[in-house]
Amino acid sequence: MENIAEKNIDTRPIKVEVKNLTKSFGDLLVLDNLNFNIRQNEFVCVVGPTGCGKTTFLNCLTRILEPTSGDLLINGESADPKKHNLSFVFQEPSIFPWATVEKNIACGLEVKRVPKDEIERRVDRILDLMGLRDVRKAYPKDLSVSTAQRVIIGRSFAMQPDLLLMDEPYGQMDIKMRYYLEDEVIRLWKELGSTVVFITHNIEEAVYLAERVLILSNKPAGIKEEVIIDLPHPRDITDPKFIEYRNYITDQIKWW
Amino acid sequence: MSVKQQELEKSWQQYKTQQRKKNLYYAFLTVLSVVVFLAIWEAVVRFQLVNVRHLPAPTVIFQTFIEKLHSTVPDGNTLGQNVIASLQVSLTGFFFAVLIGVPLGLLMGWFEPFDSFVRPLFELLRPVPPIAWIPVVVVFLGIGLKAKATIIFLTVFVSCVINSYAGIKLTSRTHINLMKTFGAGTWETFFKVGVPSAMPMVFTGLRVSIGSAWSTLVAAEMLAAKAGLGYMLQVGRGVGDARIVVLAMVTIAALGATLSALLNTLEAHTLKWKEMR
Repeated sequence: MENIAEKNIDTRPIKVEVKNLTKSFGDLLVLDNLNFNIRQNEFVCVVGPTGCGKTTFLNCLTRILEPTSGDLLINGESADPKKHNLSFVFQEPSIFPWATVEKNIACGLEVKRVPKDEIERRVDRILDLMGLRDVRKAYPKDLSVSTAQRVIIGRSFAMQPDLLLMDEPYGQMDIKMRYYLEDEVIRLWKELGSTVVFITHNIEEAVYLAERVLILSNKPAGIKEEVIIDLPHPRDITDPKFIEYRNYITDQIKWW
Repeated sequence: MSVKQQELEKSWQQYKTQQRKKNLYYAFLTVLSVVVFLAIWEAVVRFQLVNVRHLPAPTVIFQTFIEKLHSTVPDGNTLGQNVIASLQVSLTGFFFAVLIGVPLGLLMGWFEPFDSFVRPLFELLRPVPPIAWIPVVVVFLGIGLKAKATIIFLTVFVSCVINSYAGIKLTSRTHINLMKTFGAGTWETFFKVGVPSAMPMVFTGLRVSIGSAWSTLVAAEMLAAKAGLGYMLQVGRGVGDARIVVLAMVTIAALGATLSALLNTLEAHTLKWKEMR
């Protein structure tokens, strides 16, 4: 695996630096001294066994939780949601039921005090990209679960975030919907040039999406290994190389 | 494409007709229940199962209603004057209680230090029944509109605060975190996420309290009022005229139902987004 990684040396500038990130709740050490970088416009998947601290890891990145020690730098500055443009797709449904589809997509931009005409332009673009034009005035109660999820993903991409964090966004979807939304994320990522950290426990999903996969070890979580997936998008899950990657990561992740 | 659209249009029309039929049917049931109730009442009186002096028939009440529109016997006011007096008292009290109670409850539910500061006082005042305030209120405010509206205020205030408080406490943690990652401050999150999340509960509070405002009214009007439906009821009782008493009751009922229907309409309009079962 390592020789494949060395073939392509990434020259994109570093966007996010995670330095000695440690988080403990009382005596319970959850994240143990994580160090890694994410480059501009990179798509990184984080995989690890259930309960290893994946969500805590994300919550530290967005400052929902303060790390116990260590820091996260974006463009060389300590990450701060007020200053940086972060966006988070939560595992739980996070659509605002009281707002229409377009208002939901616009809400993060409003918080960021983006000018009105710019908000309109970006919302229109996302509505087009996500095929939500027909339901722009609809309330979430009238949407299917998967459409609602598309709104949420659209909302986070509309921010044109410095860093987009996704926490098992497709955990509760059936396989068809998942494939569809995975392609959607890839398309948006390419189209808008965002930097994405995608958390999942689904190894196939990670190999399908990521340019680079970070494998977390069991609690307390540390980075066990980085795997660069050197396959062009869109990927074919039946490609022998794809299967090779998948099996390799599965072997690495095994904690039993 | 156009064929498909035509078909869609057709089934949409079918659906609308179906819905209209269903609504008509429900409206019919609603009317039916009132009619059946009145018919039984009328029959009970006609067949003299109760004394007519104790319970007048609906038709008699209706006659009294027509008379009372211009007659001032026995309480010195026409029915219209009484209705206006009562509405003035209850709506004044209700309005101020909502204006103060809802924001207070929302702020208490959102800002913990504020909650700790206000809550003890609120919890101490809450168990005192509104009617128990009457003597104190009379001493300070006399027996006018202000005094009676204050009694109503106290009734409505409590349920406004409690429901708004409970409502905003139900705000989803995920929604709050989402706003946080967008970089929103506490106040912005309060207005953009907390308040809308609380609205369904706030409306529940309003619906409960408009009911209790109306029922406390009779008690408030025991304060030597000169007009009002509660007052009319008291006088009717004093002179032993069951027609006046029952007419006052029926009017209170009808107005109460109307107010709560208005509130429902307002709610349906404000909470378009809410899933109704």
